[in-house]
Amino acid sequence: MTASDKTLTADKPRLTPKPGTWLGIPPFPEAVKTELQLSQQRKNLSHATHVIREKRVLRASEVENWEELRTAAEQIKDRVGRHLDKYLVQAEEAMTAAGVTVHWARDGEEANRIVSDIAKAKQIEEIVKIKSMVTQETDLNEHLEAEGIAAWETDLAELIVQLGHDLPSHILVPAIHRNRTEVRDIFTEEMGRYGAPAPEGLSNEPTELTNAARAHLREKFLRAKMAVSGGNFIVAETGTLVIVESEGNGRMCLTLPETLVSVVGIEKIVPTLDDLEVFLKLLPRSSTGERMNPYTSMWTGVRPGDGPQDLHVVLLDNGRSDVLADPVGRAALRCIRCSACLNICPVYERAGGHAYGSPYPGPIGAILNPQLRGLDSKVDQALPFASTLCGACNEVCPVKIPFTDILVHLRNKVVEHKTAKRPTIEQGLMKSTTWAMSSGSHLEKVHWGSRMAGRVFRERWLGPMPMPLASRWLQARDAEPPPSETFRAWWRTHREGK
Amino acid sequence: MTVTTQPTHRERPGEGLTVALFATCITDTMKPSIPKAVVQILERLGCRVEFPRKQTCCGQIMTNTGYFDEGLSTVKNYVDAFGGYDHVIAPSGSCVGSVRHQHEMLADRAGDAALAREASQTAAATRDLSEFLIDVLGVEDVGAWFPHKVTYHPTCHSARIAKVGDKPLRLLRAVGGIEVIDLPEAEQCCGFGGTFSLKNPDVSIAMASDKARNAFSTGAEYLVAGDHACLMNIGGVLHRGRTGVRTIHLAEILASTQEETR
Repeated sequence: MTASDKTLTADKPRLTPKPGTWLGIPPFPEAVKTELQLSQQRKNLSHATHVIREKRVLRASEVENWEELRTAAEQIKDRVGRHLDKYLVQAEEAMTAAGVTVHWARDGEEANRIVSDIAKAKQIEEIVKIKSMVTQETDLNEHLEAEGIAAWETDLAELIVQLGHDLPSHILVPAIHRNRTEVRDIFTEEMGRYGAPAPEGLSNEPTELTNAARAHLREKFLRAKMAVSGGNFIVAETGTLVIVESEGNGRMCLTLPETLVSVVGIEKIVPTLDDLEVFLKLLPRSSTGERMNPYTSMWTGVRPGDGPQDLHVVLLDNGRSDVLADPVGRAALRCIRCSACLNICPVYERAGGHAYGSPYPGPIGAILNPQLRGLDSKVDQALPFASTLCGACNEVCPVKIPFTDILVHLRNKVVEHKTAKRPTIEQGLMKSTTWAMSSGSHLEKVHWGSRMAGRVFRERWLGPMPMPLASRWLQARDAEPPPSETFRAWWRTHREGK
Repeated sequence: MTVTTQPTHRERPGEGLTVALFATCITDTMKPSIPKAVVQILERLGCRVEFPRKQTCCGQIMTNTGYFDEGLSTVKNYVDAFGGYDHVIAPSGSCVGSVRHQHEMLADRAGDAALAREASQTAAATRDLSEFLIDVLGVEDVGAWFPHKVTYHPTCHSARIAKVGDKPLRLLRAVGGIEVIDLPEAEQCCGFGGTFSLKNPDVSIAMASDKARNAFSTGAEYLVAGDHACLMNIGGVLHRGRTGVRTIHLAEILASTQEETR
């Protein structure tokens, strides 16, 4: 259920299904309470993440120089970050020379405006879209809807999310929280309202579901005059855009419509075509666990009689320059959106993607959202803490993002942000802990208390207890009481003879 | 049945070595049987063990909650307590990981170059018990006897921050009389995560419950790990569920001998 299932309240009838909204999703610790209760979703997530995890391990292990590739990718991306000013200008020059109109957008609103202006100038009322994270980030579809332009998602999972009035919950598989029976129900209910209906008696067999999506999308592809895409890479030396996909819907969008607008984050640059070799090896294996993805499209400007004749690229900042300014946090900009960190994350596996309050969920969301959006909201303040720091993400990341280091760094920023105006209770607790731990003699004073407690409880385990903070531990776990003799007291008696 | 005997003189590879025990605040306070076990093992292997009383904590509870200034004061204390020792041994991959991975960073960020240098030196001397036994003393069989079925959970920070690898498991497999059963989903986090267990109690419990279920499914009598904090978390769930599976620290198993069992 999402808020959007409620009756429409807008004045004019909508062109596309009303999606769910990130607004109103509470901070992570609250949001997960609901998510953890969704038993079907937890089964779907557990199954899907385990399958994809195993595939990734298998495909990564086949590549002899996997670790060297990761290091190469890390270094290429870091170099791009260091010289981003130069590479962006180089890319702009190369693209312009190839016949692309290059736009610069400071934030999401500007990017959305550029896209709708292009459409409106051509009286275009309908757009087909390739799956793109960046247009999720800018909420482009809703901007276009407000401007009277219908944007249709053509990636199968994005279509499921769109028709389901839902929100994406995974970078690669945005409908990962749905199983095929739920997909059948969504298709049967919704397809007919927005185009070719689902066939009578549609089953939950993947082939049938895919065929239904294919038929539904085909008419949209054939009549579309404009497509919107993101971009996996922009090659600075040639001005080449690269899109990596699995379904062929991307290729349809890139070849059929006359106008193509690609919205791309400024960090997506790679210096040369040779550098792509590294990323095209790492990305599919890390992402879908395939040796190679089925479709890779590369295009360099306009070719008369072949593909789109009017090409636009919108280079989007939207907070990325701020991320780049942070010497620790900037490693997050290496991300190639493979989602390996989501798939391996034990927290994501249980919480699902919606609890992160952004199209970027999981470990990458926990480090990217608070940096892109800032630390003013409670949602973003909670995200760096939505991790056990287990470090599984560090190991699978194809561009070696040090997730746990960045999480700890951001936790420090959150603490400084929160305590800047007034002291907090947590800060008080931490200060007392610090006092206790600042010298051995202080710790011994605290031990007096723990030894007394040990005498009272006499090894009787503690059960459920309605005490603030303690109940968070004791609601599902028992606790062994402290002993009446600490180690240092024992040492004093047995080794120092005191 | 083969009988593992107490190490003879030539099996005392620690002879002549003085080591400092870093008990860690949590086991010093909550589970003294663990540092006592470390003392037993090290002395049995010939080491001279010292316990610098100035010691307290690695500071990660503050550091990992975002309180860097507070974490820094424990770094100073740690360097003060352990500076000058060639070997600092702790029964915790997590605390060792924090010392080695975070102490210098905290000093650097505070702009204290002298402290950063000292911190990097004490960090380099700091080892998890399993690392010291295998890398420095060169022993896998420490003369332990533990005739029970156990399953081993590689704690996240021991595996991924301290990077102790399979050393704990090698030590465990060399114990006399033991049966080590593989833990399903062993490398998955137990959900403790320090203050994560208080800030995100619901996800923490969901993870701890899955870990406990996997431990129970092995039929083992004991769940073994090298970090007491994780054992408190998993053990709390195992105890609440009346599973009969107990938790035990690797050091406690390595300290057990046949003489004691008799």
